[in-house]
Amino acid sequence: MIHADYLYILLGMGIVTYVPRWLPLVFLSRLRLPEWFEHWLDLIPAVILSALILPILVTTGAPRHLDLMRPELLVALPTFFFAVKTRSLAGTVVVGMFLFWLAGKFL
Amino acid sequence: MISMNSEERIVDWATIIKDGAIGAWPICLGYIAIGLALGVIAQKAGLSPMEIGLMSLLVYAGSSQFIAVSMLSAGAGIVPIVITTFTVNLRHMLMSSSLATFMRNLGIGPLSLFAYGVTDESFALNSAKFRGGNWDWRRALVLNHTTNLTWIASTVAGGFGGQFIPAGAFGIDYALSAMFICLLVFQLRGKLYVIVAIIAGILAVVLSLLIPGNSYIVIASVLAAALGVIIKRSRIFSRPEGQP
Repeated sequence: MIHADYLYILLGMGIVTYVPRWLPLVFLSRLRLPEWFEHWLDLIPAVILSALILPILVTTGAPRHLDLMRPELLVALPTFFFAVKTRSLAGTVVVGMFLFWLAGKFL
Repeated sequence: MISMNSEERIVDWATIIKDGAIGAWPICLGYIAIGLALGVIAQKAGLSPMEIGLMSLLVYAGSSQFIAVSMLSAGAGIVPIVITTFTVNLRHMLMSSSLATFMRNLGIGPLSLFAYGVTDESFALNSAKFRGGNWDWRRALVLNHTTNLTWIASTVAGGFGGQFIPAGAFGIDYALSAMFICLLVFQLRGKLYVIVAIIAGILAVVLSLLIPGNSYIVIASVLAAALGVIIKRSRIFSRPEGQP
């Protein structure tokens, strides 16, 4: 059975996770936004993706430190160029996975 | 603005569910790998498959679930766990803000259902698909919930016996990284985007080395996008390529 204590923790986690996901969708989708803010939001996908992926590729450990020889980074370079050339999501995911698997065999 | 109502009168749910579910596949691959891993760790920390599944259902945020499991096994109480979850997941606020520009004129019901499924991965994929056209909130909603179901099932399966699945099989651990790389490429729609992405990436790396936790994602993104607005306003790149 599920303990009440555990359930309270999950409910707390669920609320603080859901509200930040919900608030902007409900309010910003109704508002007429100033032009600079629209521009700012338009740049968000590019900057978030870059801020998400780059540290994963070039840092490791806890506390984190720089490591430029990780297979994650070595595989990322051909994967990136494949994506630029083909603009195919399916192809890029398959090629990235294959190269990473290959890197695991030889590195 | 084009009126949404005219095109939404005929709703072909079969096609919508097919599009959304098929579109979700790169995320599902990644979630299977990470979900199984989380299930195994959670089971070792003393959680039953049912408790793991309930967490995936109520929270649905991968990295904060990993952190919560390790905090639980270290005996942490509800307050530190909830506060940590809040800070770890605050980045979704930026993603929801950005997605809001594609979800205009919708009722609170669909928006609330959609909000539940906003993750790093669904945000990245939906943004690209909205931008690419032939995508709408219904397909995005199906995509979100397909990935959610995959996540819940994978974490539960991991709790039952994920240790029997060989780690790193077929390079599946790299599925999400490869997807992010490709979706980043899709977002580089002109010089300005390339420049702000480079700034964001470098900022994120530097900040990630200086401060623990994952707040570097939000700080680097907010700053880099703000810098982008300033650059755009100063009209250094007043003519975006390939755009009227």
